[in-house]
Amino acid sequence: MLIGVLALQGAFREHKQMLEKCGCEVVEVRKNIHLEKLDGLIIPGGESTTIGKLLEDWDLFQPIKERGLNGMPIFGTCAGMIILAKNIVDSDQKRLGLMDVEVVRNAYGRQVDSFEADLEISVLGEKPFRGIFIRAPYIKSVEPQVGIMAEHDGKIVMVRQGNFLSCAFHPELTDDDRVHRYFLQMVNDAKNYN
Amino acid sequence: MTEKGTWKVKKGLAEMLKGGVIMDVTTPEQAQIAEEAGACAVMALERVPADIRAAGGVARMADPTVIKKIMDAVSIPVMAKARIGHFVEAQILEALGVDYIDESEVLTPADEEFHIDKHAFKVPFVCGARNLGEALRRIGEGAAMIRTKGEPGTGNVVEAVRHMRKVMSEIRRVQNLPEEELMTMAKNIGAPYELLKQVKELGRLPVVNFAAGGIATPADAALMMQLGSDGIFVGSGIFKSSNPEKRAKAIVDATTHYNDPKILAEISNELGEAMPGLEISTIEENQRMQERGW
Repeated sequence: MLIGVLALQGAFREHKQMLEKCGCEVVEVRKNIHLEKLDGLIIPGGESTTIGKLLEDWDLFQPIKERGLNGMPIFGTCAGMIILAKNIVDSDQKRLGLMDVEVVRNAYGRQVDSFEADLEISVLGEKPFRGIFIRAPYIKSVEPQVGIMAEHDGKIVMVRQGNFLSCAFHPELTDDDRVHRYFLQMVNDAKNYN
Repeated sequence: MTEKGTWKVKKGLAEMLKGGVIMDVTTPEQAQIAEEAGACAVMALERVPADIRAAGGVARMADPTVIKKIMDAVSIPVMAKARIGHFVEAQILEALGVDYIDESEVLTPADEEFHIDKHAFKVPFVCGARNLGEALRRIGEGAAMIRTKGEPGTGNVVEAVRHMRKVMSEIRRVQNLPEEELMTMAKNIGAPYELLKQVKELGRLPVVNFAAGGIATPADAALMMQLGSDGIFVGSGIFKSSNPEKRAKAIVDATTHYNDPKILAEISNELGEAMPGLEISTIEENQRMQERGW
């Protein structure tokens, strides 16, 4: 299985390490040509405005969008979640707009409000998942076709819509690989289906 | 249980800044130019290092009004500098809500013996270092991010290169060191033993390591990245150049595509004049900012 990690800016090293631990082959995606042959793509945390500008300048928006619409699984964490969203409150920044959700940027406040918390994510089993939220967004509202996978304090923090998965926290900063394994299962399913 | 200001959360923000460029700005307008160019964070200052150097006298934390205006102008993280050892300036910056504090040798030190106890804060800190021992002492005090000191405000990358090479070669040395020699190395370089042990296991610093102090061109940024930096600070290099918008964007692109000489050639075109540079030997030793810090 060949998974791409968008490596324009942000925490791509940690995603790469986690995927390699799960036994995947990993490609750092910086240019169009790196998208070829991918079975799935992760958009990491970082600054969503920075990543968005680099996606635009290096002509990556359209090809990623096309691959996504053709069924390639994409997983976005934090900034990645913002870039996948259709609507971003009070922002006209560039985005892929593949998920029918409305996100709020820096929704919990500034860095001093960043936090860790245990999350109940039923598809991952009973053991809580330690969510690390860093200047994190949350999802304000979703269309009916979007499945809510986790909430914290009444706010939506993880969703899935078909071949797209996103979360407001950073599973790549923990030792817990369950979220990545869930995504890899999605990639596997998509591969068998196609 | 929900916990704020944990080590993971402090260190985690630096992880998110990786592969990015943090730019010094002195006005909300400059902050917007930086954000528009793709900066992953800005450093809010009253004066850039080149001007601090020129002005002389005592350089202190910026006026909170300046910092507040910059925080209101952009959505990316905002950092600000406190003097070495001046924990009250740090308390004020934390109260203002800045996202990262740089306990910086660019400002005049407030304490000639002790740095700030950075564990006591919820806001994370970045500190400068010239070698592994210095980096690990700062991490021991609670810094969640390290940068080279370089020589700020010079537009001369040579000191940043020296410091990055030094840290990297010491890391390689630790990796090859037999266990029984580790304690003596810790003693010799003045590093906490437990942290040195971590470096041996990880093969890198336990926190993110950026380059700073003298970076003025896209090539400088890519050089530092190829030497192993996780990201770039540009101080005077952008707003002391003739075309800040274009240069800022080119340095952002160079930091992403640091390993692709064709792209680097493309983006280095027609950037206008870089900031005027300073030869290090023309700066008196007691005027070198990198000598500050203990």
